[in-house]
Amino acid sequence: MSNILVYALHYEGAINKNSLGAVSEGAKLAAELGGEAHAILLGENVPQDLAASLGKYGAKKVLVAEGPEGLAQPLVDAMAAAIAAGGYSYALFGGGLLGFEIGAGLAARLGAGVAMEVTGVRAENGELIAERPILGDSAISEIKYRSPVGIIIGRLNAFEIRELDPAHPAGDAPVEQLAFELSPHATQAKMLVRGEQRGADVDIEGASILIAGGRGLGKAEGFKLCEDLAGAFGGNTAVAATRAVVDAGWYPYAAQIGQTGKTVAPKLYLAAGISGAIQHKVGMQSSENIVAINKDSNAPIFEFSDLGIVGDLNKILPKLTEAVKAKKDG
Amino acid sequence: MKICVLVKEVPDAAVEKRIDTSTGRMDRSGEKNLNPYDTHAIEAAMQIREGGVAPVEEIVAVTMGPESAVRALHKAVSLGADRSVHLTDPAVAGSDVAATGYALAQTLQRESPDLVLLGQQSDDGECYTIGAVVAEHLGMPSLTQVIKMNVEGDALRCERQAEYGYDTVQVGLPAVISVGDAINEPRYPSLKAIMGAKKKPLDTVGIGDVGIDAAKVGGDNSAARWVAAKAPPAKAAGEIIEDEDTGETVEKIVAWLDERKLL
Ligand SMILES: Cc1cc2nc3c(=O)[nH]c(=O)nc-3n(C[C@H](O)[C@H](O)[C@H](O)COP(=O)(O)OP(=O)(O)OC[C@H]3O[C@@H](n4cnc5c(N)ncnc54)[C@H](O)[C@@H]3O)c2cc1C
Ligand SMILES: Nc1ncnc2c1ncn2[C@@H]1O[C@H](COP(=O)(O)O)[C@@H](O)[C@H]1O
Repeated sequence: MSNILVYALHYEGAINKNSLGAVSEGAKLAAELGGEAHAILLGENVPQDLAASLGKYGAKKVLVAEGPEGLAQPLVDAMAAAIAAGGYSYALFGGGLLGFEIGAGLAARLGAGVAMEVTGVRAENGELIAERPILGDSAISEIKYRSPVGIIIGRLNAFEIRELDPAHPAGDAPVEQLAFELSPHATQAKMLVRGEQRGADVDIEGASILIAGGRGLGKAEGFKLCEDLAGAFGGNTAVAATRAVVDAGWYPYAAQIGQTGKTVAPKLYLAAGISGAIQHKVGMQSSENIVAINKDSNAPIFEFSDLGIVGDLNKILPKLTEAVKAKKDG
Repeated sequence: MKICVLVKEVPDAAVEKRIDTSTGRMDRSGEKNLNPYDTHAIEAAMQIREGGVAPVEEIVAVTMGPESAVRALHKAVSLGADRSVHLTDPAVAGSDVAATGYALAQTLQRESPDLVLLGQQSDDGECYTIGAVVAEHLGMPSLTQVIKMNVEGDALRCERQAEYGYDTVQVGLPAVISVGDAINEPRYPSLKAIMGAKKKPLDTVGIGDVGIDAAKVGGDNSAARWVAAKAPPAKAAGEIIEDEDTGETVEKIVAWLDERKLL
């Protein structure tokens, strides 16, 4: 049987949105292959109703494994045990971070082929073909699998969340406890603190205009330029950031856009001193209007901005702030 | 403690990367350099050595790649590695992530490292995953995207950003750690170190030397098969303004925003 095993990441009683997308996608693909999509969750006392709720996204069965949360290797053990029991042709992961580690570990364990950063999957002649952008998204490669199990790791937001037609509710999926053993190395990592929020708890998700700053701001104080411009726009405007500056402690994690931060789609996304790395792009590419200021004319962000300004943000931002203010007052 | 650092030779960032349409593989000709992300891994090893918490006997740079990859090893040595190991063999050419990780793990096995360090990604492959593959083959715990790492007894205390914020994880040694680029600011090599790099021991090995099963590596034996490459859907190019007169530039931006009712 061509079943697909889908990893579902959960945290504090909610399933990750990218995992819901992966379950939806897995259900669609499994139907095309003539099989079923099953989801797998691992944790300490995973709530039954949380697991069962994945039925709404098309999972025909949900496996629940007991183990330490937030680490990849216990899931490699659990998924390998599920796959050993038979019936699975593919393992599918939504975008994020843990899925990369689990998928890669599982590929090593099973001797399976793996494709990551996948943006699309299609069924053809009873097998799946994964599409993966490469070389800074300048080309897309297609990948097939020679191994009995193929591993597909999605890019952030690649898979659309689809709730089943409410007129034909699938309702809850049956939940099964999965018995498995932790391998010795999987017991060697211990989560001490999970999900620490560094910096102020700012709310940017509802903003219709985002002024985003990156490493090009030069120092933490550089964010003043972004905040001043945001102030000039006024109303529902907020300041956002890249991982580079959040990791450096220049700006709060709550304002981070991208693969391990927030996904946003404001009316205007103005990026200053941001290179436009793929992990940032995936969190903001659906914005209605993208304006980028960067001194490097080869910066990848210009490939996906609607208006690009090649220049020094230290010169441009203060004058732009004045001009926006004047326009608003005028 | 013995630390092995996995390093890779990649096309220079200034060189345009492209796919060879006849083979579907990456065109790896042209200028090459040490993967910039790997310099953070070497620096992390140096900081453990200099930190003095745990004595470091040896830092060994390890790569798999064609003959030209020795240059990446020389660079790694100039940045602080004591010696290097080069796995080069026609049999491994075209290996996918899983096969590459297996081959590297076999090469590492012979060194019995206490810690294996990697960069967060290769500039050309962008797979983010070799670390997890290597760890599974070595039977070691692992973590990727680590931005802070301290040795505490026979374990590491690591911090990294994951989907819900920052995680702190204790990882027992031996371990495989991929470091993020925020972990440190790599040093520049001294002229003396650059000149001396070629004199440091370099061990060149083939698959037979490290017990790699030829049936598990190479393009034809890789389980992920790249069948085609195509161009992404064309997107209308955005407008570009070169900032020469900032007053004028700002006027244009404001007009552009105004036209779209964004003010
Ligand atoms: C697994 C993983 C997850 C990740 N998750 C995220 C994520 O969620 N969000 C995220 O943002 N990143 C994420 N990243 C990191 C990402 O790959 C990039 O490293 C990061 O986005 C770069 O941030 P940046 O653009 O601020 O810095 P840089 O890439 O260093 O770019 C700085 C830019 O500023 C420009 N500049 C410099 N000075 C000036 C000036 N005076 N005027 C104008 N321009 C100037 C430079 O030309 C450059 O283009 C992730 C990476 C990995 C591997
Ligand atoms: N051929 C190779 N030889 C040695 N190390 C490698 C090789 N390919 C990848 N790596 C290591 O794996 C890391 C992640 O690469 P990747 O998974 O390709 O993005 C790199 O930063 C290197 O440390």
